[in-house]
Amino acid sequence: MNQRVVIDPITRIEGHLRIEVEVDEHNVIQKAWASSTLWRGIEVILKGRTPMDVGLLVQRICGVCTFSHYRCGTEAVENALGVKIPLNAQYLRSLMMTALHYHDHIVHFYHLHALDWVDVVSALSADPAKAAQVAMKYSDKPLAAGEGDLRAVQERVQGFVNKGKLGPFANAYWGNKTYRFSPEQNLIALSHYLKALEVQRVAAEMMAIFGGKQPHPQSVVVGGMTAVRDLVNPARLQEWQAKHDIVTDFIERAYKADIIMAADAFGKEASVLGGVNVHNFVCSNEFMGADGQYIFKQGVVLNGDLKQVTDINPDLIAEDVTHSWYKADKPQHPYVGTTIPEYTGFVERDTVYGKLPTVDGDKKYSWVKSPRYNGEPMEVGPLACLLVNYAKGNPLVVTAVDDLLKRTGLPLEALYTTLGRTAARMLQTSIIAKESNNIFNALINNLKSDESLYRKPEIDPSKEYVGHAIIEAPRGMLSHWVRIKGGVVENYQAVVPTTWNAGPMDAQGKIGPFEASLVGLQLEDPTKPLEVLRIIHSFDPCMACSVHMIDYKGQSLGEFRVGPNAC
Amino acid sequence: METHSALYQQGQQRLAALRQLPARQDQSLAERMQQYGISRRDFMKWSASVTALLALPLPFSNLVAEAAELADRVPLVWLHMAECTGCSESLTRADTPDLDTLIFDHISLEYHETLMAAAGWQADENLEHALEHYKGNYLLAIEGAVPTANNGAFLTVGCKGHTGLQSVREAAAGAAAIISVGTCASFGGVQAAAPNPTGAKGVHEVIDKTVINLGGCPPSEKNIVGTLMYFVMFGRLPALDMFNRPKWAYGARVHDNCERRGHFDSGEFVEQFSDDNAKNGYCLYKMGCKGPYTYNNCPTERFNSHVSWPVLAGHGCIGCSEPNFWDDMADFEKPLGRQLLHGLDATADTVGAVILGAAAVGIGAHAVASLFVGSKEE
Repeated sequence: MNQRVVIDPITRIEGHLRIEVEVDEHNVIQKAWASSTLWRGIEVILKGRTPMDVGLLVQRICGVCTFSHYRCGTEAVENALGVKIPLNAQYLRSLMMTALHYHDHIVHFYHLHALDWVDVVSALSADPAKAAQVAMKYSDKPLAAGEGDLRAVQERVQGFVNKGKLGPFANAYWGNKTYRFSPEQNLIALSHYLKALEVQRVAAEMMAIFGGKQPHPQSVVVGGMTAVRDLVNPARLQEWQAKHDIVTDFIERAYKADIIMAADAFGKEASVLGGVNVHNFVCSNEFMGADGQYIFKQGVVLNGDLKQVTDINPDLIAEDVTHSWYKADKPQHPYVGTTIPEYTGFVERDTVYGKLPTVDGDKKYSWVKSPRYNGEPMEVGPLACLLVNYAKGNPLVVTAVDDLLKRTGLPLEALYTTLGRTAARMLQTSIIAKESNNIFNALINNLKSDESLYRKPEIDPSKEYVGHAIIEAPRGMLSHWVRIKGGVVENYQAVVPTTWNAGPMDAQGKIGPFEASLVGLQLEDPTKPLEVLRIIHSFDPCMACSVHMIDYKGQSLGEFRVGPNAC
Repeated sequence: METHSALYQQGQQRLAALRQLPARQDQSLAERMQQYGISRRDFMKWSASVTALLALPLPFSNLVAEAAELADRVPLVWLHMAECTGCSESLTRADTPDLDTLIFDHISLEYHETLMAAAGWQADENLEHALEHYKGNYLLAIEGAVPTANNGAFLTVGCKGHTGLQSVREAAAGAAAIISVGTCASFGGVQAAAPNPTGAKGVHEVIDKTVINLGGCPPSEKNIVGTLMYFVMFGRLPALDMFNRPKWAYGARVHDNCERRGHFDSGEFVEQFSDDNAKNGYCLYKMGCKGPYTYNNCPTERFNSHVSWPVLAGHGCIGCSEPNFWDDMADFEKPLGRQLLHGLDATADTVGAVILGAAAVGIGAHAVASLFVGSKEE
């Protein structure tokens, strides 16, 4: 008999997410449901406000990928108004975006995802001397992995455990058999977990140099940037470089080494060798450097066919709400959609933990809509970015991917896995780390003859403006769509990465990447579903991002309609 | 009036009481510091700086140091409501990093969805255990606003599908003290901006206990850590302003401590973002800076290890630590002029508390408004 497993809250993510799965008598997942359990209604709040404030407001969609919504919202307005911002502003935004990726990816792997791979308790039985030798296998100059470093880390954690009190590490799934690192490998990764706490602060400081603060920087405006004092200050530019070096050193000597170590240890662990069951991928241009060249290029890959890659056609994006808590007849393009809330709540049923409220999979069960590209579900994120660019023959990506495959002895197909998704995030970070100096140098070059950073935008209240921006945020392709009328925001919509990945089933019965990734997975113990967490975390979910796009009026769940061309 | 010596005595009593409680960590802070290569002297320096931050006389630094060592006696439960996790992120930027993080580790962190290893059913168990086992003793931090429309159904958390509203009320009942971390938990924040589609409210509006409000979007890590330390030291809430914000952090206007204040006084203003005046660090009032209406310590404490703050980055303050700032302070690129704000036009009682500030704002704004007339028409 099939059994229902409920996992709520999914911890170590941004926001509120519930996952439910149904397992058969062999504990193999037959069906899966991803449900977002919060919405905030940011777009409706934007209506009637000045387009100049849009960036600041949408930035509050997410404090983790802070800046990506800020920038995307501001650029959607700039595109609508036809504002061309100075080159310096473009370079600065690019650089801040690199800092965001460093920060976000490091925090994701070490503080949100690592505990799915690293068994903290096992690290206690490691031999630090031996671990220091093991570390040499994965990097020729390992960071924070000398015998002394490792011994200190071990003692610190031993303190928690002796007390039988693990603090934030309490009551996890330690000892699960799908943890594959040796005690020594666990200890190395744990040391990097602690080191990463320090390094992520430095990455955040990089953004704060030109952003004023992080999270939620405050220097991007429609028309450019405000941080001119920092821009023309050589000490400030040098500060950027110094912090950049600290962060990229960690990426190469710790992050990269740990992923190679994971490939080594988990290369045969079945539960991480599936997890990519939607083979459609899309990504956008990102990290503009000299001559308008991008580090990563936009494109679409369908059915895993790397021989055919097409350009994004924004007209083919539509959102389906068949199983979302809304009413609509058919999938709708961002410019012609309605949003009619229809919250139906949970239904009680037996689960492995006893009777609980659960989602009703036949009906509506999530606050996230289901975006589709030409009717197909798409995976977005670093894996999509790498696959599209690999298919396009982007030399930076081809070299990086081939090198990693060679180093780990894994085939290209290994990318289409949970492990591959996690590795792709590291590779993306590593490529950015190597290439971002070119952006910095382009900025310096330009500064020799041009210090402009802002061009004042004009709005004619008698005109209507429409525009959108598509960028590559840390979690994947992000697009914001704005309509301006009478000098204020008439309509607004954001189609965000986690919506692409986490959306529920559509009218055609097609399921999105989250749900698809879980089907067929075997759990060691359904009451301790570590394997599910590992797969879901590999997407780096950001639920606040994906649930903001709801429109709602009044205190009751009445029906209402947004403007004819609204989200 | 409470004198400092009475406060000091109270602090000593509180710490003496704490010392009687069993330690929840096997390692003392001193041992941990040694492990991390933090000297006693560094620690005392840190204590002194926290003391200064709390606007207490220097002798209090002994109390701060002692409290840090006893901090593991206080269990902390941290709940997430309708939020963006920016406040938790801010906390991880702690600016005396090794030590602040250590202390955050060192207190007994019982529940925090972003940081904890457990998930799902096991996470629920951790929370239930903490609320029961430490009833009456735990510190409750809440991040995010509480959706109240439709009986709170716009947020559910946990296997049992409880609404955020239920969770907050349940956790608040047994808390020794409650801290709203950030503008959303304090005042509703961005989701409560007009027309507030989810009926989002600040925590203090949905429970009937005193709540410390740490305004800011996000609040700086120092304001979060400082508030925790105050509770540990004195076992009670710090002196609060009319919006229940700790006075030591929110007692002064951004405008008063602003590095560009001299330019304001001299009538030197940025006329367009990133213009030559901006390169010279002129005042951002005409670019919409809300520093004159905003109470926070950003100019002195800055963010991210003192790297910067918005005004240094050439953007005006947007007033993010004030109630309803998304509505009251917008448009953010336009000066507010003489418009009165929330509390400032409220009842006589509350106005009394800020009357001097209000007058100053009025005069300052008036002066600037006059300057505009002069410069715009030429």
